[in-house]
Amino acid sequence: MPLSVQETEVKNPPVSRPPLDPHLKALENEAIHIFREVAAEFEKPVMLYSIGKDSSVLLHLARKAFYPGRVPFPLLHVDTTWKFKEMIAFRDEIAQKYDLDLVVHTNQRGKAEGVTPFTHGSALYTDIMKTEALKQALDAGGYDAAFGGARRDEEASRAKERIYSFRTPDHKWDPRNQRPELWNVYNGMIKKGESVRAFPLSNWTEVDIWRYIQAEDIPLVPLYYAAERPYVERDGMMILAEDPRLQLLPGETVQRGSIRFRTLGCFPLTGAIRSTASNLEEVIAELEIATVSERQGRAIDRDQSGSMEKKKREGYF
Amino acid sequence: MTATANNASATILPFAEPAKAVRDTRPLRLITCGSVDDGKSTLIGRLLWDTKAVKEDQAATLARDSGSQNDLGLPDFALLLDGLQAEREQGITIDVAYRYFATDRRSFIVADTPGHVQYTRNMATGASTADLAVLLADARAGLLEQTRRHATIAALMGIRQFVLAVNKFDLVNYDRAIFERISNEFREFALSLGVRQITAIPMSALKGENVVYAASSAMPWYEGPTLVEALELATVRSTQAGGFRLPVQRVSRPGESFRGYQGTVAGGSIKPGDSVAILPAGTIANVKQIVTFDLVRNAAVAGDAITLVLDRQVDVARGDVIVSLDGQPMVGHEFDAQLVSLQPGGIEPGKRYWLKSGARRQRVTIEPVSQLELSTGNWQPHASVLDMNAIGKVRLSFEEQAVFDTYEQNRATGAFILIDPDTLNTVAGGMITAKRGDLGGIHQTRSADGQRVLLSLPADLAEQLMASELFASRRDETEIRRLTAKQAAEIFTNAASDI
Ligand SMILES: Nc1nc2c(ncn2[C@@H]2O[C@H](COP(=O)(O)OP(=O)(O)O)[C@@H](O)[C@H]2O)c(=O)[nH]1
Repeated sequence: MPLSVQETEVKNPPVSRPPLDPHLKALENEAIHIFREVAAEFEKPVMLYSIGKDSSVLLHLARKAFYPGRVPFPLLHVDTTWKFKEMIAFRDEIAQKYDLDLVVHTNQRGKAEGVTPFTHGSALYTDIMKTEALKQALDAGGYDAAFGGARRDEEASRAKERIYSFRTPDHKWDPRNQRPELWNVYNGMIKKGESVRAFPLSNWTEVDIWRYIQAEDIPLVPLYYAAERPYVERDGMMILAEDPRLQLLPGETVQRGSIRFRTLGCFPLTGAIRSTASNLEEVIAELEIATVSERQGRAIDRDQSGSMEKKKREGYF
Repeated sequence: MTATANNASATILPFAEPAKAVRDTRPLRLITCGSVDDGKSTLIGRLLWDTKAVKEDQAATLARDSGSQNDLGLPDFALLLDGLQAEREQGITIDVAYRYFATDRRSFIVADTPGHVQYTRNMATGASTADLAVLLADARAGLLEQTRRHATIAALMGIRQFVLAVNKFDLVNYDRAIFERISNEFREFALSLGVRQITAIPMSALKGENVVYAASSAMPWYEGPTLVEALELATVRSTQAGGFRLPVQRVSRPGESFRGYQGTVAGGSIKPGDSVAILPAGTIANVKQIVTFDLVRNAAVAGDAITLVLDRQVDVARGDVIVSLDGQPMVGHEFDAQLVSLQPGGIEPGKRYWLKSGARRQRVTIEPVSQLELSTGNWQPHASVLDMNAIGKVRLSFEEQAVFDTYEQNRATGAFILIDPDTLNTVAGGMITAKRGDLGGIHQTRSADGQRVLLSLPADLAEQLMASELFASRRDETEIRRLTAKQAAEIFTNAASDI
């Protein structure tokens, strides 16, 4: 005899909130649909969890999609060992709170060889500690589908990305050989060794992400909110100066100011912006008048505009 | 929403009524189509630019990459849009790209499809999710065969709202007569495709006239909306009116005590206590609860992603469809459909494909019947391979029972894709037109509610009938199929004994 949901044990039962506006509701419904479809069609899905705001939204949607059940796949975090400390603390707290299976992977070979953003340059470092590490983790887990939080509005090469993005056994993405995607009917058939990356947030914009975080009260790493923090200016970026591994170059000094981050990654490669927006409302207000797109804070995108596509072809998420 | 209320054809062909000013804040999905050099890249670039969807650093990248700017000091928008290196090197766009912009009233998702190579395949993909099509025409050239082809594909894919962007109007001295000639010609053509919501707008994408900002000084005679105004007023398709449909994606069993059926409502609405049937088996049950993360709900409507709990233990699996008892979908082994062939191998008669619709995947064989000749709009008999980019009418034969609505009735439960069992690639997108029944392929009546009348009319007469208020108000109850006179005659002959 099936019982009703109130009679089942559910961790963190939901709280009552005002209904979402129709725009966010439509985006949410679409994302939940994708989550359920992938979970049903693939043998071993995994969710790539980068701890940032998009990942936080993605995780929230996954919890919604499978409620009252648990999230039926693990979360994978590729830890370069150069993440902001607050990110790691947040990650562990969230995994515990929501009863998640968390898999953390570090490229041990890269680490042993002493690959750091300071010694190897951002491109090579990213390649080894992120792209390579991700492939290792996906191969080790034998995952045939990986959820990611990428959005089509983020960068020009993503505008043509499918919701199910097909990858070869060596994780290559061939922009010319993507499957047509019609309606919301997704083709999840793959051969052994092949995999898909699934992007439930494809149709979200940055503003949507923030408005959803607000509407759903989704917790974020505090670095997204402005606070008085120590930083060093280097190559036109403000780098957080908290980690003892950051060595000052001649002429550099640690300054203090009210800063926040629009995107979170490895601290030496992630630039802060000056801001006094110390809560969500203020961040959104700031965003609505902002004219600089969020990826500007990331060193890897700046080399040349084809760089993201190149990274994607090679397997960078 | 016509700018030319006084034009001659208005008395013959009723124009679309102005769209109702619904502040529907769901995103409007649209597709843009045009021939090469009609100015589509310029138009989309202009839309993004004037709605401030281009961020400053993207603009800087653009300025650096293009080196040159156009004569108005704006960057070369095509570079902003052509995202992929390979394409940029070849100077062509070959695939569907999605763009996002928003106004204070609404947000928009644009499927940007190229106008030349592979346009049928790309357009079909972009149009499958679109509520509206923006068709571009160069004011100097007028309507081209290409424009008609694009309009035909858009209509076939179920788009019922067209905007004709008569672009480069700055190059024809903003001549009103040119606009009226092109827009009237287009209106007549669109009506012949069954599209009644038509807005024609004279514009200059290059100068930004009637795109986001009105151009009253250049075209004082034009009183219609700008492109963005027309898009803000467009309606988003809703399937809330029909019967309830829930294609089951997943059965959720977090513990012995709970069993819920998860999926996205694909039509109609539901509330606890409603009786439902589980298809194709036909089992009946009652809805006990609608579960979502945001507490237990007392109703759900089309579009909602939900978990349904039934009042009794029944056999429900992924791929089943839970439906209302009234207005049930069609269940059977044989259906008629239209499809667009998407891959170089084409669609082969007699080959077993995988068909996926909703969450259901099953084996099917295809028998082509006819092919659409895009240059004339006529269907020609065609029983062999449907080559890539061909649009065909086909018969589907299933090994197990299938569940569909017609695409006309429900875009979610009437659509499918075909997957090649060898390559596993998506090789066709299709739309169900009817269940093959006893009446020579004529759609079964949906429920036993009284009599149906089959009429066979000349297309122009049918057009006028369909344009009437009475017809529009009862559109849900009618079924329309376009046939050649010969096919119609055959149906009547074959069905004579049943009538
Ligand atoms: N005068 C004028 N030229 C335009 C207009 N729109 C586009 N063009 C020009 O027409 C050419 C083709 O435009 P483009 O946007 O690349 O066309 P596409 O191939 O349809 O994407 C370019 O040289 C544009 O600058 C317009 O409204 N007025």
